[in-house]
Amino acid sequence: MKKVVLKIDHLKKSFGNKVVIKDLDLEVYEGEFLTLLGSSGCGKTTILRAIAGLDPVTEGQIYIDGKDVTKLEPKHREVNTIFQNYALFPLMTVEDNIGFGLKMKKVPKQEIKKRVHEMLELVHLLGYEKRKPKELSGGEQQRVSIARGLINNPKVLLLDEPLSALDQKLRKNMQLELKQLQKKLGITFIYVTHSQDEALTMSDRIVLLKDGKIEQVDTPVKIYEHPNSLYTAQFLGDSNLFQGIVTEVGKEYTWVKVEDTMIKIISQEWQIGDKLDIILRPENIKISLNEETENVFQGKIIDQIYDGASTDLIIKVDKKTINAMYLGNDKLYNKGQMIYITWDIEDAIVLKREPYE
Amino acid sequence: MKKIMENVYLILVFIFLFLPITVLILFSFNTSSLNIVFEGFTLHWYQDLLQNRTLLESLVNTLIVAGISTIVSTAIGTISAYGLHKYSFKGKNLVNELLYIPVVIPEIVLGIALLSVYTLLKLELGMFTLILAHICFCIPFVIISVRSVLEGMDSHIEEVASDLGASRFQIFTKITIPMLMPGILSGAQLALTLSLDDVVISYFTAGPGANTLPLQVYSMIKTGITPDVNALITIMLGIVFILLTISTVVQLRRLKKEDVR
Repeated sequence: MKKVVLKIDHLKKSFGNKVVIKDLDLEVYEGEFLTLLGSSGCGKTTILRAIAGLDPVTEGQIYIDGKDVTKLEPKHREVNTIFQNYALFPLMTVEDNIGFGLKMKKVPKQEIKKRVHEMLELVHLLGYEKRKPKELSGGEQQRVSIARGLINNPKVLLLDEPLSALDQKLRKNMQLELKQLQKKLGITFIYVTHSQDEALTMSDRIVLLKDGKIEQVDTPVKIYEHPNSLYTAQFLGDSNLFQGIVTEVGKEYTWVKVEDTMIKIISQEWQIGDKLDIILRPENIKISLNEETENVFQGKIIDQIYDGASTDLIIKVDKKTINAMYLGNDKLYNKGQMIYITWDIEDAIVLKREPYE
Repeated sequence: MKKIMENVYLILVFIFLFLPITVLILFSFNTSSLNIVFEGFTLHWYQDLLQNRTLLESLVNTLIVAGISTIVSTAIGTISAYGLHKYSFKGKNLVNELLYIPVVIPEIVLGIALLSVYTLLKLELGMFTLILAHICFCIPFVIISVRSVLEGMDSHIEEVASDLGASRFQIFTKITIPMLMPGILSGAQLALTLSLDDVVISYFTAGPGANTLPLQVYSMIKTGITPDVNALITIMLGIVFILLTISTVVQLRRLKKEDVR
């Protein structure tokens, strides 16, 4: 049984009449890397700020290590926050920035110096002690702000889109580094991002939020390969959607009618007449020049898009546009060429159509 | 040709700006007691100045008034600006707009208004009422100056400080005030200059015992301004010039230091 370090119980938050978080429950385990993922306005930063104590909550409780901290001020909560824009104290040196938390706790000077040194080593910034924030690059500034948060040994470190101001290359490096840092220290990270790549690469678990509610909580693999809603499927990764009706239910396989084509899927609890969404990821679509026997659509190549290490294909099937891809960058097909697309039966993500859609 | 024209233009602007001051300095060394023709060089007026009790007393008064009103208005103005920036309340916009009124209305109106209030409250005119008046018209300038810095400040910085365990008071003194320093200093500078050379409002609010230098010089117009005033002003100009030079040198050094890095 994993230990719960943070528990959010029926959290509600509204700004004036606008309800941003609607009755949210969440348990975060010790030592895990949890990502709050969602589009802008889904309430992910609001949740983070509620945990940090920067904004009061409207209703509900927040527990850290079993202790109700809902009404406590930020400084009495064993969490620290890293902001997107670093928010370093501009007039202080790197050393003073990092040591600020300990200084507020009246830790002896010698001890602060030692701990700051350890932190600088941890974030690879030894020798930067006397610099001022504006003499650092964006990546360096973010390292300082991370060190400043970690020096207090928080139970949970909250990170609010910490890498989004960095350029692509640096972001990739920092993602790896953050992940390693988290594993090494064993501190729980709650990471807010709108980038699905970041969420998938770094997280132990992803919390996908939609309009202030949790859409799905799962590991990256499960949330990507077994989304439990169309929203989740379409938010994470690219997807091709087919809609159909169950016509025949067998023991092993079920047949679904999509437009005029019969598609075979693995039987679950489907019943005849069920309306289903069948989602295919571009990387699971296979292109064939010969007509296969089952689960096949004929299509026409509309475009091939060079993407460096891979190639994206845009295929027209009836009136639908399908995205597919293959690794490598050789031009395998021609524009206008007729091809067949198919897929492995277990790669199809099948969901019962949500009634309101 | 274009280059020469540019230089001529520049020189003309400088002459326009500095000719009056130069004339004044020149006449402080003039043997004639009339500020009309330059007759010969003397330091006589500087000696006279040391004996001119009224003038020196009014100078001391001016410095006291300017010193106190600058400190008090900077303190009040800074805290007000912070409050206005940080907290929202009903009528905040109105307050923000009203702030500009003391800045834009003619000084004479403010002078008369203050005088009426003092009479209403039966306050005896003197140093106290004078200082109060100066604080009153300096505060909006400080608020406006500090507020402009506050608006550019990252609100997350204070949040981080509280997150890291600083109390509100610690945040204000250790983080906010140092960051606001440029605005506070320029506000204070503005307050100081405004107070130092104010005539109109002082004219209404100073009592018999509270003659300031500008008021003294102004009253001398009737009897004729003696050259020892020129001497005094030359000395003051000298001090201002030295202070300005120091501050420029310090700033240049700081810029250079940052450039090197």
